[in-house]
Amino acid sequence: MPWSRRLRRLHPTDVIMGIVGASVIAVVLYGSYETLRSGRYDGTDWFSFLVAGLTQGSIYALIALGYTLVYGILRMINFAHGEIFTAGAMTTFYLATWLSGKGWLTADRLGSAAGARVLGTIVLLIVFSALISSIVAVVLERVAYRPLRGAPRLIPLITAIGASFFLQYTLRGLYGSGIRPYPDVSVLNRELTFGGGYSIAMDEVVVIGSAFVLMLALVAFVQGTRTGMAMRAVAEDRQAAALMGIDVDRTIATTFAVGGALAGAAGVLYALLFRQTQFFMGFIPGLKAFTAAVLGGIGNIPGAMLGGLFLGIAESIGPFLFLEGLGIPSPNQLKDAIAFTMLVLVLIFRPTGILGERVSKRA
Amino acid sequence: MSLLEVAGVHTYYGNIHALKGISLAVEAGEIVTLIGANGAGKSTTLKTISGLLRPREGAVHLEGTDLLREPAHEIVRRGIVHVPEGRRIFARLSVRDNLAAGAITRDDKAGVAADMEMVYETFPRLRERRRQAGGTLSGGEQQMLAIGRGLMGKPRVLLLDEPSMGLAPILVEEIFDIIRRLNGDQGVTILLVEQNALAALDVADRGYVLETGAIRLEGPAAELRTNPEVIEAYLGG
Repeated sequence: MPWSRRLRRLHPTDVIMGIVGASVIAVVLYGSYETLRSGRYDGTDWFSFLVAGLTQGSIYALIALGYTLVYGILRMINFAHGEIFTAGAMTTFYLATWLSGKGWLTADRLGSAAGARVLGTIVLLIVFSALISSIVAVVLERVAYRPLRGAPRLIPLITAIGASFFLQYTLRGLYGSGIRPYPDVSVLNRELTFGGGYSIAMDEVVVIGSAFVLMLALVAFVQGTRTGMAMRAVAEDRQAAALMGIDVDRTIATTFAVGGALAGAAGVLYALLFRQTQFFMGFIPGLKAFTAAVLGGIGNIPGAMLGGLFLGIAESIGPFLFLEGLGIPSPNQLKDAIAFTMLVLVLIFRPTGILGERVSKRA
Repeated sequence: MSLLEVAGVHTYYGNIHALKGISLAVEAGEIVTLIGANGAGKSTTLKTISGLLRPREGAVHLEGTDLLREPAHEIVRRGIVHVPEGRRIFARLSVRDNLAAGAITRDDKAGVAADMEMVYETFPRLRERRRQAGGTLSGGEQQMLAIGRGLMGKPRVLLLDEPSMGLAPILVEEIFDIIRRLNGDQGVTILLVEQNALAALDVADRGYVLETGAIRLEGPAAELRTNPEVIEAYLGG
């Protein structure tokens, strides 16, 4: 098609959006250029931003997987997912405090027997939290979502928002509205140094490592087990799956259980990193993880992992890389702005996300 | 006792009375066909048998066991496998995974492996494409995959809904050839729903003619083929 005709077909909104996109890119490039020119940060700084981003991002990724699994199978956004994350983290607070009182979270160094017990305790906390969140997710599905199966899509969406508030205030009623400090696992404050000033904190190693193992386990489960196969089949065609002898309701419940377990695990990792829980703690991470899931292409499992990591890194490096160069004071306060700007830009320019396929084909 | 028996089934879509007392029987080893115009209730009959639709009245028995209260996924375990209209293969799963999904209820690993080999023997093209996503296959190959996936469930009765729909004439012939072979060589009992009445009566032992939700005629396929009413209405006589 000749250029003149293509231009005439261009809609005014396309032009405006193009300008918006171009200005965002220009601002990011200019800010980054200014920051890099000033030489304010050296290689070790960038490395620690990157690791912090990966750490935060792997928590987002774990939560995002829950959104994406449920969306993949029900075409529904479970907006109560952030509260499922909170339920696990807050309930585990009591177990963590009790075990900490018994000295199970204390060690001089990780290499010792006491250190091994600390790691074992963390695994125990993760499993316990995963179990709690998983139960909450399954009950939520059974009580709030299953009766609405077959209803227009807006209805379960509104229900999910209601369920989110219900869970938030139930947790507030159960555990109070104050911030509860998680026990300090001081051995994880140590740093692993590599020389040249490069270092990683042990808690970052634990978070990234656990998230990595959980994601591998999820992929193995979905690709390699009969239940995983059933989940994939139901996600594609519920009726055809039933004709294969797959119990659709049970498969959907399993999907909620798996998504919930990952969120519960993420809750413990989050608490290890930030050392506090509160009934409201799941709200922002939940929204961020939803952003990550959309970023990667909602419904797509590797997409949610990539989206989470990418969002974490963008949030961590972004403020220092391009906001600081623009002369913005305390740029780190703006990381939420970066995350949600990314959400808006993705929804405008690539609604299918990084790895998503065209939705219209399936709708 | 017949292998599959449907007695006086009434099925509704909301307030629409779709099946008005359908009764039919399939004996072990038979090919039985349901023919009739669009909207006569052929697919509805199959969906009622496989549990996708609940009849308000009537009974469905497999070897004397009542299936009416069973959910669709339980009916598959009992041995009634429904290959739905429009193939409905899992487009993003590989050919191999589609076949494995068909056997998802089975615990005998060796039997599943043997049946997959049998499906690949029957449909060599599926073996060539076993690693490809189901959605990348041609229409004819997708139909073969849908039938193969059905066979993986080790059906005692295979319900085939419009297997020739949307296929080129040469492929239609191939599909009917396969149906004949499945029944002749492997003894699969088949209840076949078809628009292509001539081809269906050709492969079938017996047939039922449906009209607006009720059975109009029934009999041996050879007789129906020469019945003037059938020729007039469905065979383009």
